[in-house]
Amino acid sequence: MAVYSTSEFRSGLKVMLDGDPCSILENEFVKPGKGQAFNRVRMRNLKTGRVWERTFKSGDSLEGADVVDVTMQYLYNDGEHWHFMTPETFEQCQADAMIVGDAARWLREQDNCVVTLYNGAPLAVTPPNHVELEIAETDPGMRGDTATGGTKPAKLVTGAVVKVPLFLNVGDVVRVDTRTGEYLSRARE
Amino acid sequence: MTDWRPSAPRNALVRRARLLAGIRAFFAARAVLEIDVPVLGRAGVTDVHIDNLVVAGAPPGYLQSSPEYFLKRLLAVHPEPVYYLGKAFRAGERGRLHNPEFTLLEWYRPDWDDRQLMDEVEALLRNLGAAGRAPCPRLDYGTCFRDALGLDPHTAADNELREQAAAAADQPAVRWRDEPRAICLDLLFSLKVEPRLPEGVVFVSDYPACQAALARVVHTPDGVPVARRFEVFLNRVELANGYWELTDADEQRRRFAADGALRAALGKPVRPADERLLAALAAGLPDCAGVALGVDRLLMQLLGAGHIRDVLAFAEG
Repeated sequence: MAVYSTSEFRSGLKVMLDGDPCSILENEFVKPGKGQAFNRVRMRNLKTGRVWERTFKSGDSLEGADVVDVTMQYLYNDGEHWHFMTPETFEQCQADAMIVGDAARWLREQDNCVVTLYNGAPLAVTPPNHVELEIAETDPGMRGDTATGGTKPAKLVTGAVVKVPLFLNVGDVVRVDTRTGEYLSRARE
Repeated sequence: MTDWRPSAPRNALVRRARLLAGIRAFFAARAVLEIDVPVLGRAGVTDVHIDNLVVAGAPPGYLQSSPEYFLKRLLAVHPEPVYYLGKAFRAGERGRLHNPEFTLLEWYRPDWDDRQLMDEVEALLRNLGAAGRAPCPRLDYGTCFRDALGLDPHTAADNELREQAAAAADQPAVRWRDEPRAICLDLLFSLKVEPRLPEGVVFVSDYPACQAALARVVHTPDGVPVARRFEVFLNRVELANGYWELTDADEQRRRFAADGALRAALGKPVRPADERLLAALAAGLPDCAGVALGVDRLLMQLLGAGHIRDVLAFAEG
């Protein structure tokens, strides 16, 4: 793996720190006029999700992490593992609930998502920023009530619960932002 | 190609022009002579933490990291107040507050010491609208350090400083086992002391002897050696660095040699000392105080800009 110096630390660069793969979030150059230069680096530990802030002497280096993002298709859940496949190569991999995490609430079988591989094994699963999913359960819609801005909970086919406008019904398809879990619009499907 | 446009908005360029004119008017009124020294010199600096941009050739040229050596050579012949306002260059310095090419104001006052020069820096900053009417706080480095960290920067053991530095950096202590004292102080001051400084213009003086650079070292009544060096902060951003200048050629030669040894130990290229500066010191540099002020950072503060590129006509690279 390549070795990166502090001046090469860019947002998104994946490096190894204390044995864990990390993604660099921010890199601030700090230098007293006559003194040693430092880099204050904020990075996310990709295993734990925790954000670390470390200060390095400028010119220090870290080993790159073998972390790649691959677009894969979610195939099915066997009760314990989620299975994914790269459509072009038919290569498959599986991930447990720890790794899939919150993404499970947004994935339907056949949907594409980004699987982050670390040394070839799944490390994290990221759903598309926007998904369109059908409402499975909600209170009956209130006709004509499109202007008051009221909301009600709706359970989607994947199990996620989002707040939707009052006029929507079971069977309607909604567009949701998976990063915030917020309803965006009604989808025409 | 989309990055051909100027980096700074027009109002910043107008403010910069006014600021440069204001600085020149201030010094003209005080009969300080502007000297337009070269930016390309035959010698660089030995400073451990300042890297010259080198212009290829035989022999190579060095883009000056400050006009200091030229101005001191001038003072050795013409002992009168002088200033330089122009570009300076430092390789590898790039960030929110740094650009490899930047605008520096540097001036020297024969027969003055650092205390008198601090008064003039304060007058300049007030004149330029960066300081209010109230006197600016004068703080002591050791006191600031003790208040923030509970350690005396002059007398604490190297290991105590290393432990605190490693903790502040969130690094395993083993990685700081061999750090020189000065580097631990740099880190602790930057991360732990600077954020606690008050708003506005603040002077911090009497640095630890290991951070003397080109300042003379004196002993306090308690026998602690301190460097007669000061820094000026504006809203916790380092703005200027000044010295009661070292004039002893032999001591200067020793410090250059020590810089070279440390550069070699750190695996950095060792720069030859500027023999012309040493010859000028041997010929006789008048007692004087000098200070260098980052004009881009001053402009950033006057405009409330968050990044140096917002005040540079073109931030290349």
